[in-house]
Amino acid sequence: MTIAISARGLTRHFGAVLAVNGIDLEVQRAQIYGFLGPNGSGKSTTIRMLCGLLVPTSGTVNVLGHEMPREAETVRRKLGYMTQRFSLWDDLTVAENLEFMCRIYGLDAATRRSRMEDRIRDYDLGSFVRQRAGTLSGGQRQRLALAAATLHDPELLLLDEPTSAVDPQNRREFWENLFALVARGTTILVSTHYMDEAERCHRLAILDLGRIAAEGEPKQLACGIDATVIEIECADLTAARRALATVPAVRSVAQLGKRLHVLMHRDAVDPERELGSSLARYCADARVERVGATLEDVFVAATQLRRSAVGRAA
Amino acid sequence: MIWFDRTLAIAAKEARQLARDRVTFGMIIGVPVLQMLLFGYAINFDVRDVDAAVLDLSRSSMSRQLVGDLQATQVLRVVRAADSEQELGELMRRGEVRVGIVIAADIERRLFAGDRPAVQLLVDGSQPSLENLAQGLGSMPVQQRAGVRASGAGRFEIRTEYNPARRTAVQIVPALIGTILTMTMVLFTSGAVVRERERGNLELLITTPVTRGQLLAGKLLPYVIIGLIQTTLILGVGRLLFGVPMVGRLVDLYFGALVFIAAALALGLFISTIAQTQFQAFQMAFVTMLPSILLSGFMFPFEGMPDFAQAIAQALPLTHFNEIVRGITLRGATLADMQVPLLKLILFLLLMFVLAAARFRKRLD
Repeated sequence: MTIAISARGLTRHFGAVLAVNGIDLEVQRAQIYGFLGPNGSGKSTTIRMLCGLLVPTSGTVNVLGHEMPREAETVRRKLGYMTQRFSLWDDLTVAENLEFMCRIYGLDAATRRSRMEDRIRDYDLGSFVRQRAGTLSGGQRQRLALAAATLHDPELLLLDEPTSAVDPQNRREFWENLFALVARGTTILVSTHYMDEAERCHRLAILDLGRIAAEGEPKQLACGIDATVIEIECADLTAARRALATVPAVRSVAQLGKRLHVLMHRDAVDPERELGSSLARYCADARVERVGATLEDVFVAATQLRRSAVGRAA
Repeated sequence: MIWFDRTLAIAAKEARQLARDRVTFGMIIGVPVLQMLLFGYAINFDVRDVDAAVLDLSRSSMSRQLVGDLQATQVLRVVRAADSEQELGELMRRGEVRVGIVIAADIERRLFAGDRPAVQLLVDGSQPSLENLAQGLGSMPVQQRAGVRASGAGRFEIRTEYNPARRTAVQIVPALIGTILTMTMVLFTSGAVVRERERGNLELLITTPVTRGQLLAGKLLPYVIIGLIQTTLILGVGRLLFGVPMVGRLVDLYFGALVFIAAALALGLFISTIAQTQFQAFQMAFVTMLPSILLSGFMFPFEGMPDFAQAIAQALPLTHFNEIVRGITLRGATLADMQVPLLKLILFLLLMFVLAAARFRKRLD
């Protein structure tokens, strides 16, 4: 069995609000699968439906070969879940938190001892063992939460924005830990709104307004982007921006330092020439260059552009 | 085995957190002791030494003896003598005295004939603390006193008439067990569950293999023990400081207390399934607490309440527990004697637990 999670037409309403709208999902085992999306795109709701915390309004979910939410209790033995907020106990020490979670997972005393030792070593928690969790830094807390979520050697880890309160150095280390887990056969589903994290995933779904806007390997997504990416360098960027606003084929403009990063419709015949001529009147020194798409371009193309298209249609 | 280990793990964690929360831990011991001292000493229905003024229109040896008898009861303390009704009225209006004693000029003839009251007692009704005194003294017809006097007993036994051998602490302290347990049990459990929801701990816990039963049992276990400690504390202090007797069997009382603790915990649990924040839980706990204290017969006699208040009181576990506790501690009743309130208590417990369990799901929606 190579598929860890599969979902068909997964939908969830909260009253009148449609949080998740017909998501189809297939996650391979021993991979890191990423959910990339803005706040409110349905990432957390989807994850919560996958671990049985929420019941889908419609659609089917199969996790590790078990129907959800019917077989949620069976799945829970094989599942590790890290919530968006730190959800271990602030007033217990690192060791007490780990010990408690071991007992909750039903590990016997011997296993408990060896697992705790392993996790404390793997996640570099040795110097805080007797410290209360509430006094740890953001990075230390994340390591503790990951240690707790993996105490029972879960087959599947669900991580809901695990690094939102962590500095870049700790984020790197956190991802090293995730790759070590995947190497041992664990499947990881992680949600994020960081591009650099999304790029590290084996496979990625860009979520927007409760739908999957784009799906694939990060490289694939960049190649298959539904837009042409142009960079413009010139002295008067404000004037250039004003000029670009008059070009119908321009879909979005973002400034990167001294350059403008422009997404244009894919069907423009010669986008460099078209832009060059409309810019000439405002800034003669403009240099126009076609570049490869980044994941951020894919994200913008998949989310903002689609939204404005929807807005115009309505 | 694993079942109990999980439950014990949760109970141990809960107890550890509780021990670290100094304020809450202090309240477990502090609240009962403080309440005991407060209700035992300060709140005293046993009114004494009320300032009184005398308007003696008879100025006879008999009237002086009557005033002396009244003073001897220690309920009244005559501090002023008025010369006219106006002066007496003035003294009462200014609040210098709470009671006015008007002795008729022809006291001897009236006492002898027994047709009209010889003494009029004016009681200040604006003072709530004097309500009992007003009732007590008012219900004591002067004619009857005249009878006592005529029979040659020679004393006005006002204390006896008022409330034979009534000591407030004896009534109050046993009833305090239930009141204090209501406060701490309902408040702490509802708070403990809601706190975990607020902090996100519950979201983590319910994705683990821990079952609903283990989770709830583990959470409640430490509070059962705390409830029994509080019961012991109140009984001990009550005996030590106020000489509250224990006529019935201690085992019976602890069994009743256990059932009541479970009922209060179930109520707390039910509240925790409704409240979204600790503040809401606190408010809801308070809403159930006030009628418990007012209507359960703790402060006011149950019999004097209007029908609808009695109906509400029937739905409150504290009403039934107070009956059990007073029965066992003061009247020496057995559990068999108390089976009706005990059954009502068990009914309440089951109802609340079923409701709480039905509402508590291992889900977020």
